[in-house]
Amino acid sequence: MGRYVIRRLVQMVPVFLGATFLIFVMVYAIGDPVSGLFGDRGPDPATAQALREEFDLDEPLPLQYVLYMGKIFTGDFGTAFNGQPVTQLMEHAFPISFRLMLVALVLEVVLGIALGVITGLRRGRSLDTSVLVATLVVIAVPTFVLGTTVQYVLGVKLGWIDPAVSPDPRLDELLVPGLILSLVSLAYVTRLTRTSVAENTRADYIRTAHAKGLPRRRVTVRHLLRNSLIPVVTYLGADVGNLMAGAIVTERIFNIQGVGYQLFQGILRQNSPTVVGFVVVLVLIFLLANLLVDVLYAVLDPRIRYV
Amino acid sequence: MSDATSAPPPMEAEEENAAKGLTAGTSSPDKDAPRGLWSDAWHDLRRNPIFVVSALLIVFLVVIALWPSLIATRDPQRCDLARSLQGPSAGHWFGFDTQGCDVYTRTVYGARASIAVGLCATVGVALVGAVVGGLAGFFGGFWDTLLSRLTDVFFGIPVVLGAIVFLSMISLSGIWPVVLVIAALSWPQVARIARGAVMTAKQHDYVQAARALGAGNARLLLRHIMPNAVAPVIVMATIMLGTFIALEATLSYLGVGLRPPTVSWGVDISAASDGMQFRNAPHILLYPAAALSLTVLAFIMLGDAVRDAIDPKLR
Amino acid sequence: MLLEVQDLRVEFATRDGVVSAVNGVSYGVDAGETLAVLGESGSGKSVTALAVMGILDSPPGRVAGGRILFQGHDLLTMGREERRRVRGERMAMIFQDALSSLNPVLTVGYQLGEMFRVHRGSSRAEARAGAVELMDRVRIPAAAQRVNDYPHQFSGGMRQRIMIAMALALEPALIIADEPTTALDVTVQAQVMDLLDELRREYQMGLILITHDLGVVADVADRIAVMYAGRIVENAPVKELYARPAHPYTKGLLESIPRLDAKGTRLSAIKGLPPNLLRVPPGCPFHPRCPRVRDVCRKDPRPPLYEIGQGRSSACHFWKETLGDAGRR
Repeated sequence: MGRYVIRRLVQMVPVFLGATFLIFVMVYAIGDPVSGLFGDRGPDPATAQALREEFDLDEPLPLQYVLYMGKIFTGDFGTAFNGQPVTQLMEHAFPISFRLMLVALVLEVVLGIALGVITGLRRGRSLDTSVLVATLVVIAVPTFVLGTTVQYVLGVKLGWIDPAVSPDPRLDELLVPGLILSLVSLAYVTRLTRTSVAENTRADYIRTAHAKGLPRRRVTVRHLLRNSLIPVVTYLGADVGNLMAGAIVTERIFNIQGVGYQLFQGILRQNSPTVVGFVVVLVLIFLLANLLVDVLYAVLDPRIRYV
Repeated sequence: MSDATSAPPPMEAEEENAAKGLTAGTSSPDKDAPRGLWSDAWHDLRRNPIFVVSALLIVFLVVIALWPSLIATRDPQRCDLARSLQGPSAGHWFGFDTQGCDVYTRTVYGARASIAVGLCATVGVALVGAVVGGLAGFFGGFWDTLLSRLTDVFFGIPVVLGAIVFLSMISLSGIWPVVLVIAALSWPQVARIARGAVMTAKQHDYVQAARALGAGNARLLLRHIMPNAVAPVIVMATIMLGTFIALEATLSYLGVGLRPPTVSWGVDISAASDGMQFRNAPHILLYPAAALSLTVLAFIMLGDAVRDAIDPKLR
Repeated sequence: MLLEVQDLRVEFATRDGVVSAVNGVSYGVDAGETLAVLGESGSGKSVTALAVMGILDSPPGRVAGGRILFQGHDLLTMGREERRRVRGERMAMIFQDALSSLNPVLTVGYQLGEMFRVHRGSSRAEARAGAVELMDRVRIPAAAQRVNDYPHQFSGGMRQRIMIAMALALEPALIIADEPTTALDVTVQAQVMDLLDELRREYQMGLILITHDLGVVADVADRIAVMYAGRIVENAPVKELYARPAHPYTKGLLESIPRLDAKGTRLSAIKGLPPNLLRVPPGCPFHPRCPRVRDVCRKDPRPPLYEIGQGRSSACHFWKETLGDAGRR
């Protein structure tokens, strides 16, 4: 098990470097980090040159990347448009987005698996059909449409929630935004769990469990559930990326000043250190989440562990 | 193989699968020769109402996208600010948007950009994914390691995140940058599936037999492996098509996707939700959002139906 | 009788209509006796067993009639909970494919110990000790070390031994083994079969051995029931059945086994395929494939199960003629 984790970690390193390099190329080679800062007027040559030196822009691109990564590992993410260090923005933004994603993830996992198990065990009944239709609708209607509508109805018309959350929101303020963020993933988790449960109820080892005279409840909880969760766990890894993307949309709708908000400010103001810094950290989180999922996968499925 | 297991008792699992091809319609052994994967799937699909409905809807949408003037006679760009936000009326069923443009016309014309982005991105994703995944799975060893790591690298960038960065850094507009970035960041999912499918197909006895008979790599790959590996890729691609259309709208909403004057559902929805413009005129959000959702739904249901038909195990 | 199945009917609801998978099957097993149930796939032999165990997939499956008397009680009138307690405790089942029949994500020790924990309320430690003892009993080497291994870490033969150990755990009165050796190598087949037979004798259990392989049953079975298209077509003590089959189907099966003493003669196979259960032909279901077919065979009513001797029956109008053929085969 330990060896498995270490092997995964080692495999992660080139992927992390490759992915961040791609982002770096997008920003520093395709975009122009200096002239972007000055809008249409264009910078005066002396300032531009100073900036170019600060960003090591006169070096070849791979070297720029190496220098940039070197700075990152010493904790220097550069300066944001308002003169603050990027790390300071991160300190404020990440906890907020983390809370939002936590709410979403918990809702997605708990509700999604519960609904999936219930419908998977009762295929073809009316509850199953209605949940299935609901998941399709949720997947088809874009989050931002659903989000703005819910915000308008609950926040503006009915006044049940604040249409915009406070600058440092508590978990309960994030409940509705978190639900909106989780909906699409929730629908996918439900469908995946349902299929998986439905398939596994017909598995030979479930028949064996019944033949052993185990109570129905035990068959479901001990034998069916764990096997059925394996594909769901795999999905959760990829889904962390979806949640990040969804968080950008949700934060924009509910005016939450998290990672998505800061990233957007960075893009609007063409501040490359902010954009690259945030994205690099997000990629790292994404990869670590996937590593965690792989480990969880191995815990659930011993066949993986011993390969 | 026995034909007696039309209603397979649960014990005979292997017969159950083998008999699937024989059970669907008439089942007397003489009339019912085993069909191939595709004709069998087609046989099932024709009888699946979900498939029929979603396929008809998609055909309709594609026709609209190609020739919007068939059902919309006005010009989507000709707007009259005086009629801004006017509600639905006799000649203008969907009402007018903020700019005073006819929402019906714009909704009809919006199909083109949305579907074009979806289709082009899907074709790109399927091609790149199938080639990279197929080669990795087929050759194995060094190439597999190299291509799989490359796949991982692109997989390591969440699509929307990468798309936002890329699209905000370039100054081009129109559908091609959107198509390009969606395709460039989404192919790893297809590549992983294609790799797995090819590796499975490679193990099959008939492939080993063909190899033993001296078939070359190209022939093996094209004649024996591809036909079997292509099914999961097609299913994946169909489902992705729906999500790409939704993705275009999301990017447009975030202000980095398509931009006016391009007419697209995403652009219109984005304009409608901006500052809650829709609060006094819900029709400006409702119609493009409904059109978009229906389209996404159609493609996802089509993909589901095709997957169920090709992979009976999941039924 | 330990177990008496009387006129059992099982139906499956399918897309194309209701299928009678088991159509009036009756058989019985005494304590310490081995009954082999023989038939091709789709003959209803496994479905009958699942109905006896009470683990039919329902829906689509459904017991449509008959009685299953076990130790004097009708299982079909029992409540669900009472029925569950019988399973594992007093009757147990061994399945064909041990790899898929064992839960891949739980250790074999857990799966064995579960029997004691659920039915006997044992503690974790007791259950584990019981699991090790069971593994010893079915002669799995180094049981104490392997108790925490997972099913995929065992060989096919060892896995089937674990299935047997699991069935044996609570010393049930009846064991149903459904093709227990079909998935195994020939050399391992014999070992597993011998083990099963030996354990049956040791515990005086009734054993129902379901198989399509006449070769497997010859040595271990006391009696044989042959099934075809959801019905029993012949029922006989094993020696008599081998010597003088009373149904053309049984005869066909016997003739399709290679025999050392008939070297040089052509091996015959039964022509045709078993019928689609949705469309079982009228009269004798076997008639389209029967070499002895006459007009009476093609018409309803179906041939009844004729009593043709002590503990022997055959569902053929021409059982006498078939018996008479035996010497000439």
